[in-house]
Amino acid sequence: MSTKVVDRAPLTFYERTYLPAILGGIKVTSKHLFNTLVKGKAVTMEYPEQKWVVPDGYRGAPYLVKDQEGATKCVSCQLCEFVCPPKAIKITPPGPEGQTADRTNAEKMPKEFEINMLRCIFCGFCQEVCPEEAIFLQKDYSLTGLSREEMIYDKEKLLKLGGTHAGIQKWKHKLEEAQEQETFPVAKP
Amino acid sequence: MDSIQYLDPTTQFVLFSILKVMLVFAVAMTGVAYSVLVERKVSAWIQDRPGPNRVAPFFVEFIPVIGPWLTRLGIFQPMADGLKSFLKEDYTPSYVRKVYFWLAPAIACVPSLMTLAVIPFGSTLGNPANKMVIADLNVGILYSFGIVSLGVYGIVLAGYAANSKYPFLGGIRSSAQMISYELAMGMSVVAVFLLVGDLNLSSVIQYQSGGLHQWLIWKQPLAFVIFMIAAFAETNRLPFDLPESETELVGGYHTEYSSMKFALFFMGEYAAMIAASGMMVTLFLGGWSSPFGSEPANTMLGGLIHIGWFLAKVAALMVVFIWTRWMLPRFRYDQLMDLGWRRFIPLALANILVTALIVAFTHK
Repeated sequence: MSTKVVDRAPLTFYERTYLPAILGGIKVTSKHLFNTLVKGKAVTMEYPEQKWVVPDGYRGAPYLVKDQEGATKCVSCQLCEFVCPPKAIKITPPGPEGQTADRTNAEKMPKEFEINMLRCIFCGFCQEVCPEEAIFLQKDYSLTGLSREEMIYDKEKLLKLGGTHAGIQKWKHKLEEAQEQETFPVAKP
Repeated sequence: MDSIQYLDPTTQFVLFSILKVMLVFAVAMTGVAYSVLVERKVSAWIQDRPGPNRVAPFFVEFIPVIGPWLTRLGIFQPMADGLKSFLKEDYTPSYVRKVYFWLAPAIACVPSLMTLAVIPFGSTLGNPANKMVIADLNVGILYSFGIVSLGVYGIVLAGYAANSKYPFLGGIRSSAQMISYELAMGMSVVAVFLLVGDLNLSSVIQYQSGGLHQWLIWKQPLAFVIFMIAAFAETNRLPFDLPESETELVGGYHTEYSSMKFALFFMGEYAAMIAASGMMVTLFLGGWSSPFGSEPANTMLGGLIHIGWFLAKVAALMVVFIWTRWMLPRFRYDQLMDLGWRRFIPLALANILVTALIVAFTHK
């Protein structure tokens, strides 16, 4: 193993007086001081007042969404409850004599739907598994509460926070697909 | 005020002294609190941050314009810091040497405050008998050097009392550093006193009171530079903060301290900075005299203006102290010793010799 001796030039007298270092220090520090103080170029994002832009595809808190008519999309199939790794979701189905769904194309909707946000790990499995596209991970990242009970979000709260989701309209697409099947085979152009 | 005139001179002297001590102590403590704020603000600005800008008592937000501005400037931060120091848990580790552990913070804090006693912070407030200095000692500088060297005991004791490695290393470094730089510091001022011909700090200011061109910084620039750098080393400020060096010694001598004991070390450090600034102002920058030349005041207003000049100069030097912290990296231990013993002491000695020769040939 050979060693390579790095050739270090000896410092000149001027350099050994520490003056270049001091002058360089003055230059750098005063530049930053001036930029921050006069030009207001501080890099700090002052959080509660300024918030960062959440990128698309960010996995924030999961909320229930309504369809374009404002009806509950969830049909209480409980797939999300079963898939949820930390068991954060708890669904109470309506039962045989329970309330029917408030929209057409669905038989029922959950009597109660709770997500414990302290347990949720924001993995997105619920969104992935949902056949009705009723639950979506949204952009909320700062969930706060004063008690553990407060952090269990119920159906009403989840629907309110989730808002209306008219982007993907599964049943409309299914209908179109079905109609396409009716005209099979496709008329040749 | 009239009734004071009828008291005998001794009682008057005692009363005025107590008043001055209380005033100086109050101003120094406020100065300490606010230099911590300035330190935090300046370091934040240099690092592209806004610095402390949230703390304010509840009523401040109702003051239009000025209220939010003061909050943004962090004016109320020192109060919160002080309160926090008092309320924090004062934890004494089981393995410390208790007596020294309790004694060290006080010993670290007191000497720096005692140095303030001989620094003239103003001329008079109208009455020539009442000089604006707590103790107008004829050997003022000897007293202050004696007291300053006591400051090292607080740090060494803290390092020893903590009974753990890092504080111990910090204490050792501190003692070596302070002893080395005290020599250079003492020698640098000898040249000043050769010119002035008196050890009394008031006469040093009298010598410089002719205005900006009379200041000793022009006649003794080398002494000023050596004194200033030695003052940095004596107060354990960067680039000479080896006793503390957060990166390698985890805070050095005050690693094991918490709550008000830690705050006392902190206060001691900043009070030492203020004292060192005051000493530099007195010795080299004309003390309370204005840059346009001034005689001892014979009115109340004139006296207050002189005190204002003194405080302004001290504040400017404090900013230099704080700014330097972000300018230079910490010295290596051998570089520190090298600088002290092999650069500054010979330079200071040469300075004394040259000054002595000049004084001998020009003085009649």
